[in-house]
Amino acid sequence: MKRWLTTTDHKRIGLLYFWTAFGFFLIGGLEALIIRAQLVRPDGGLGVSAETFNQLFTMHGTTMVFLALMPLSAAFFNFIIPLQIGARDVAFPRLNAFSYWVFLLGGLFLNASFIAGPLFGADRLSVAPDAGWFGYANLTSRQFSPGPNVDFWLLGLQILGIASLAAGFNFVVTILNMRAPGMRMLRLPVFTWMTLVTQFLVITAFPVITVALVLLMFDRFFGTHFFLPSGGGDPILWQHLFWMFGHPEVYILILPAMGIVSEVLPTFSKKPLFGYTVVVYSGVVIAFLGWSVWSHHMFSTGLGPIADSVFAGTTMLIAIPTGVKIFNWIATLWGGQIRFTTSLLFAVGFIAMFIIGGLSGVTHASAPSDLQQTDTYYVVAHIHYVLFGGTILGLFAGIYYWWPKMTGRLLSESLGKVHFWLTLIGMNLAFFPMHFSGLLGMPRRIYTYSADLGVARFNQLSTVGAFLIGIATLIFFWNLLRTRWRPANAPANPWDGATLEWAIPSPPPVYNFTVIPTVTSRLPLWQTERHPPMTPLPDRPPAPIHVPGGSWWPMITAFGLPIIAIGALAHLIPIVLAGAGVVIVGIYRWAYEPFEM
Amino acid sequence: MTHGSTHAHEAHRTSMGVDSRKMAFWAFIGSECLLFGSLIATYLVYKGRSLVGPYPHEILNIPFTSFSTFDLLMSSLAMVLALAAVQRGDMKRGKLWLLITALLGLVFLGGQFWEFSHFVHEGLGLTTNLFGSTFYVLTGTHGAHVTVGVIWLLTLWIQALRGKLGPGNALTVEITGLYWHFVDVVWIVIFTVVYLIQ
Repeated sequence: MKRWLTTTDHKRIGLLYFWTAFGFFLIGGLEALIIRAQLVRPDGGLGVSAETFNQLFTMHGTTMVFLALMPLSAAFFNFIIPLQIGARDVAFPRLNAFSYWVFLLGGLFLNASFIAGPLFGADRLSVAPDAGWFGYANLTSRQFSPGPNVDFWLLGLQILGIASLAAGFNFVVTILNMRAPGMRMLRLPVFTWMTLVTQFLVITAFPVITVALVLLMFDRFFGTHFFLPSGGGDPILWQHLFWMFGHPEVYILILPAMGIVSEVLPTFSKKPLFGYTVVVYSGVVIAFLGWSVWSHHMFSTGLGPIADSVFAGTTMLIAIPTGVKIFNWIATLWGGQIRFTTSLLFAVGFIAMFIIGGLSGVTHASAPSDLQQTDTYYVVAHIHYVLFGGTILGLFAGIYYWWPKMTGRLLSESLGKVHFWLTLIGMNLAFFPMHFSGLLGMPRRIYTYSADLGVARFNQLSTVGAFLIGIATLIFFWNLLRTRWRPANAPANPWDGATLEWAIPSPPPVYNFTVIPTVTSRLPLWQTERHPPMTPLPDRPPAPIHVPGGSWWPMITAFGLPIIAIGALAHLIPIVLAGAGVVIVGIYRWAYEPFEM
Repeated sequence: MTHGSTHAHEAHRTSMGVDSRKMAFWAFIGSECLLFGSLIATYLVYKGRSLVGPYPHEILNIPFTSFSTFDLLMSSLAMVLALAAVQRGDMKRGKLWLLITALLGLVFLGGQFWEFSHFVHEGLGLTTNLFGSTFYVLTGTHGAHVTVGVIWLLTLWIQALRGKLGPGNALTVEITGLYWHFVDVVWIVIFTVVYLIQ
């Protein structure tokens, strides 16, 4: 137990991220199922109240984006990146542990709102955030949201932002600075490249939402009018700040999945990735353009024809590097010796589903068409095709691919295939009809709808699809769990992969590499035209290897942050100060603790 | 958990030839640029949109803040001298310049405290108008950064007094300096945007 609480080993932190994020994924999925059960027929199928429904869709979105998808990617960053670049750990192991604990505590803080009602004298148990995952002003003002709900949201997201930023600095430096000899930038595996790009987006986008949340906090706690027209403020400023973060955030969610797919496809087609450099540069271009499109979320606010045209144009431009990637993935499969493993199925599923999501995205890019789609289920369909069909299928591909490396145990391929097909059918059943219900005029975020709208059948299908996804996820969960009782006998390289993580045992020893390898090609374990495969590493380290010990201070420092947030929620300055004290003491002890790297 | 002789050599090899802590700090500064950029953008968006006074030109005291700005600039100079002294191994001067840097930072903070209380006295509170809100949040965030910097500098100074800071820790002083100069540069931007361009 102590070894897990104080761990600074990137592999253990990766597993902690994985299980925590998977737990939040199940919670977010449960929220989605309640939403779908309520919408199964006109006038409400479950009798969920409007207030509860608001909380459900807000927490579903917030949980999936910040507590499930980002940290599931982070699980792979942690476990796989140091292995792929040939390093013994990340650049700052204790900062890495700190990121995890802040993430865990931030997630628990947000979800504590479900049972915190009585503490705030509310007449209901749950005071969960209820203003939507992008919390538009001025619904979030004290006047319209008097309870602690929005406070939980804005404080929780600030905590989670700290976790993401700390991890962002850590991985930027790790990837740039900890590469094995010969691992030039253009020899990095594409997953590592996409992680690097993602982390640059994290460290530039999160400060912007931090400012937005701080300004909102001032409005709610101290009576300023940043987003309130009554004092001259402008609610639209919130939208600008939120989406200046929010659109890069979309790429923060999708680029790691694109990286995973770029690893899985070459391995299972026994071919190098087609157009490696183009795929890498496309990822960079996507991220760069991702900063210039935020206002396409705001066409309906009336920005004027010039702004609309510019943002429509930049948005459509992003389709080009994205399309380039898709053609490169297809070309990678073309003529390869394809093995239809579960991982490959998910990767191919990713390509197909992401194309659908990308195409509906292009329809939003056109301002006149977007005006018809804003705030309808068509947008909900789009976001789920890119974030479920894209990110989640990509992450599943990664889990089947790397699970043996992470645990030493292979997942069942037969259960995996059931999982894949149920997920694929379920998601299309759930999300495809939403295009129609949206275009027929069903607004998003309504807890009941009238039978006269003519969308009852589409909603029924969506609900059936959602429950199929639920069943598939339970099968997947079982597949994960059952490996725990199996012997850890996975081979070092079960898929005949080409990258460095497959050169070491599964699971890797605590020091990862017995000797740091010298890299001479992009595919070190494969025979390529110019390069022979790398010579195997020795079984034992020729010299003793120093591994940094654990530390309590990252976790203790992390605990200060929710204490500050609880003090702010309760308007108790002494608690805020106590939390700040914990952080300060933690930082000093951390800085002066002997910790040999 | 074995200690070997090879690790010391390995730990200092980095792919880019830059120390990892320093690189992380540059990344942090990049991130901070976006933080201050968002706050400055908010200030600019709301410029001239206050519904009631006091308005900026009625209340801002440019000569006084010019003095504060000069003080902060001089603290950057002191920081440079502190780093140079520590790198030379001249810990006597190093200590002195670290202390002077911190004290100049404190003078700046004192000036900001005086300015804030003067403004409140003149009727400009945090919630009075958009100018008050954007002004206090922007300059307050900067002041918080200066406060962190002063505490950091004083920590180094105390370490130096105890003889625990030497040329071997020059990198720590250099990183502190990076932070300090960054906070200084941000102030130049804030001073220009808020005080000089009205």
